[in-house]
Amino acid sequence: MATNPAPKPVPQHASTAAGGLAEAHPERPSGLLRWLLTTNHKEIGTLYLIFSLTMFFIGGVFAMVVRAELFQPGLQLVQPEFFNQMTTMHGLIMVFGAVMPAFVGLANWMVPLQIGAPDMALPRLNNFSFWLLPVAFTLLLSTLLMPGGGPNFGWTFYAPLSTTYAPPSTTFFILSLHIAGISSILGAINIIATILNLRAPGMRMMDMPLFVWTWLITAFLLIAVMPVLAGVVTMMLMDINFGTSFFNAAGGGDPVLFQHLFWFFGHPEVYIMILPAFGIVSAIIPTFARKRLFGYASMVYATAAIAILSFLVWAHHMFVVGLPLVAELFFMYCTMLIAVPTGVKVFNWITTLFRGSISFEPPMLFALAFVVLFTIGGFSGLMLAIAPADFQYHDTYFVVAHFHYVLVPGAVFAIMAGVYYWLPKWTGHYPHERLAQWHFWLSVVGVNLTFFPMHFSGLAGMPRRIPDYALQFADFNLVSSLGAFLFGASQLLFVAVVVLCVRGGRQAPAQAWEHAEDLEWSVPSPAPLHTFETPPTFERPAH
Amino acid sequence: MRTLLVWLAGGLSLAGSIQVAMANGWNMPVGVTELSGNIHSLHMTIFWICVAIGVVVFGVMFYSLFRYRHAKGAKAANFHENIVVEVVWTAIPLLILIGMAVPATATLKQMYDASEADLDILVTGQQWRWRYDYLGEDVAFTSNLGTPRAQIRGEEAFGENYLLEVDEPLVVPVNRKVRFLFTSDDVIHSWWVPDLAVKQDSVPGFINENWVRIDEPGVYRGQCAELCGKDHAFMPIVVHAMEEEAFDTWLADRRAAASQEAQGIDREWAMDELMERGEQVYTAVCVSCHQEDGSGNPPAFPALAGNQALLDDRDRHIDTVVDGVSGAAMPAFRSTLNPVEIAAVITYERNAWGNDSGDSVQPSEIAERLSD
Repeated sequence: MATNPAPKPVPQHASTAAGGLAEAHPERPSGLLRWLLTTNHKEIGTLYLIFSLTMFFIGGVFAMVVRAELFQPGLQLVQPEFFNQMTTMHGLIMVFGAVMPAFVGLANWMVPLQIGAPDMALPRLNNFSFWLLPVAFTLLLSTLLMPGGGPNFGWTFYAPLSTTYAPPSTTFFILSLHIAGISSILGAINIIATILNLRAPGMRMMDMPLFVWTWLITAFLLIAVMPVLAGVVTMMLMDINFGTSFFNAAGGGDPVLFQHLFWFFGHPEVYIMILPAFGIVSAIIPTFARKRLFGYASMVYATAAIAILSFLVWAHHMFVVGLPLVAELFFMYCTMLIAVPTGVKVFNWITTLFRGSISFEPPMLFALAFVVLFTIGGFSGLMLAIAPADFQYHDTYFVVAHFHYVLVPGAVFAIMAGVYYWLPKWTGHYPHERLAQWHFWLSVVGVNLTFFPMHFSGLAGMPRRIPDYALQFADFNLVSSLGAFLFGASQLLFVAVVVLCVRGGRQAPAQAWEHAEDLEWSVPSPAPLHTFETPPTFERPAH
Repeated sequence: MRTLLVWLAGGLSLAGSIQVAMANGWNMPVGVTELSGNIHSLHMTIFWICVAIGVVVFGVMFYSLFRYRHAKGAKAANFHENIVVEVVWTAIPLLILIGMAVPATATLKQMYDASEADLDILVTGQQWRWRYDYLGEDVAFTSNLGTPRAQIRGEEAFGENYLLEVDEPLVVPVNRKVRFLFTSDDVIHSWWVPDLAVKQDSVPGFINENWVRIDEPGVYRGQCAELCGKDHAFMPIVVHAMEEEAFDTWLADRRAAASQEAQGIDREWAMDELMERGEQVYTAVCVSCHQEDGSGNPPAFPALAGNQALLDDRDRHIDTVVDGVSGAAMPAFRSTLNPVEIAAVITYERNAWGNDSGDSVQPSEIAERLSD
């Protein structure tokens, strides 16, 4: 692999060179209190990222329990009741605890640096948003120890399984989702306020890095749909504790209403977990192809188009629930349309590579794997959009394969690409190249061994969320489980790389990657606690 | 030229191995109805479209990765937009999608036409079994998991149709249009048989419909596809498709057997008879929660063996089985089991596993209780 060439000289921003205002606050609390009270976007970003990594491992352990039970037919390790808690908690923790906070952490660190802002617009709110999360997830995890166990109705918690037939701990689950939801809404407000108000003089909207653009759009999605989630869980709360019948057919309620509300939240939620990934990849590919991103404007428009369409496709999760024909057709057509802007993005990335000058540092490896494997997830998504065929695909392992391809080698690989890309800026050191490559290749092999066979087991007839299965699915499950153990173990390497990088390693200059263009590379590495206290002047790249 | 041949051979052998894989339980089954065939061909069409797009997209990508390596001294070009190219690659996918939407719409319309059926069957999902009512035919029965629990626990070798076998299969005729109506008594279930390409949610408070016209006699297996609680994995579906005459005979036999059982309600049953019948019912219906030895799985599923509260109060025992327990997992069996079955299973529970109460419950008593 290519070594990193010497950085080209970049004018350092005057006020950052000496560490900015850090010395102006000698009374800063130290130790635990420092982290509890911090309002600094970099420290809060770090907190989010550490929290997310912790949840990634807890959710990962749950996934390992699931895969261990599915290693062979028959019930060996856990009973169905506990198995259902593991699948449910794995989904909830990974979606709300690992992927979303990771992107918020990256936004906290990078959005102010990329737009030349001194901090987030609402720093105290920022602190509050973060500290809600450990509360929410401690509460959620504690339900596993309650009588009757934790949530066991799948991460989509369809009523009435999650209301009339749910374990007593469900009320705690609802409270924890409320808290996590408030955290997300406050975080989104903060990001919007920051991006709209604190851009460096001269930086127009259409000059913003794509990570900033995708996060701006994501934040609007969050504000639009998190209240819907809050509404639906509140209706559950009423059904469980106060005798209402929103979702109880025996009381005149409508179980299908639950699904409409959930997926009106849930589908935009899916894009909340992938749009910032598009932004990260759109920063990394041009850097390591040493060529400007192809079609910047169409990238922005495509992101906006995907976000708008995400509100019009929710019922494609409900093709077999008994919708009328016109509804099936409407949602099928709208869902197929999403392939167009998504295709534009993939074509733009590939055209950026075309006639570039490409090197394969760890962030680039993850970004390239993202493009390939996310596209495979996109293909199976297109297949799932075909409503008649979805009558066969729905609720099978084919769906499990699909959404894990877009979420693991999709969202998670993009997060890891982003971490490898910005670690030099955060720590002042390059990540250990050889270890990072091992991490990459083991992860790629593991992820495909895990999830590719699931396409086959699903098409052959294996439903999702079952602890035991018929004998014809045994070989596929064996391979998936081995792949999952490999993937899970490989993530320990990721922790090793990050820890080593924090402690030391090859020194990184301000411009850590030769061709990287955005404003974050104009501040020193590691970035001092306070940056851009006087705004930098933004200069548009020459056309 | 040689490279081209190598690529061509590689591509063909890949396509060949995909074809082989399809024939070996790696792909969606073609199925045994016209609709399942149509769905399968939609699936294959969209699959090959994706493969073709993938070959082009990944082809250009990997070509670029090999051709324009920094390490090989590649110099980056400077272009970063081209309006013509961008319009073209927006328009072409749009056209492909329209081409795909046309056959999909046609198939969907066909699926939604459940009119003029020859036979209507009401399918009711229950935790964790299926109930089939042949509407207007006076035939109804419950279909439970047929795999012994010992196989699931690993104490016995797996049978050939492990987890895809039932005590009583759904029987339908070939070449007739059979309409299924789906509903549920508790949570949402989903009735799925891949060979019939029918997957439809059974939702409490709703009636959904779907239909089949099966071309070939045979046994087709499937299972519940919507997470419905603890035993979601253990509520399979077996459909036995018979020639039309054989089906008519079967239906007549079932109707006769049902009326014979109905007559059994009025007569006095001996303890041995009740115990024997009760054990059958218990094994089919109760065992998944209360276990073979009546030990249950407290607190959600109470033990029946040595349950003094039940043994002391015969009426409460009857009420519990007939009406279920509100707010708990215990369902009402008043419409699922007939009076003979309810009487037998209660008698069995009161005398098995050392309960030895000596009580028996007569079917006539239950019939009276049900008519209250």
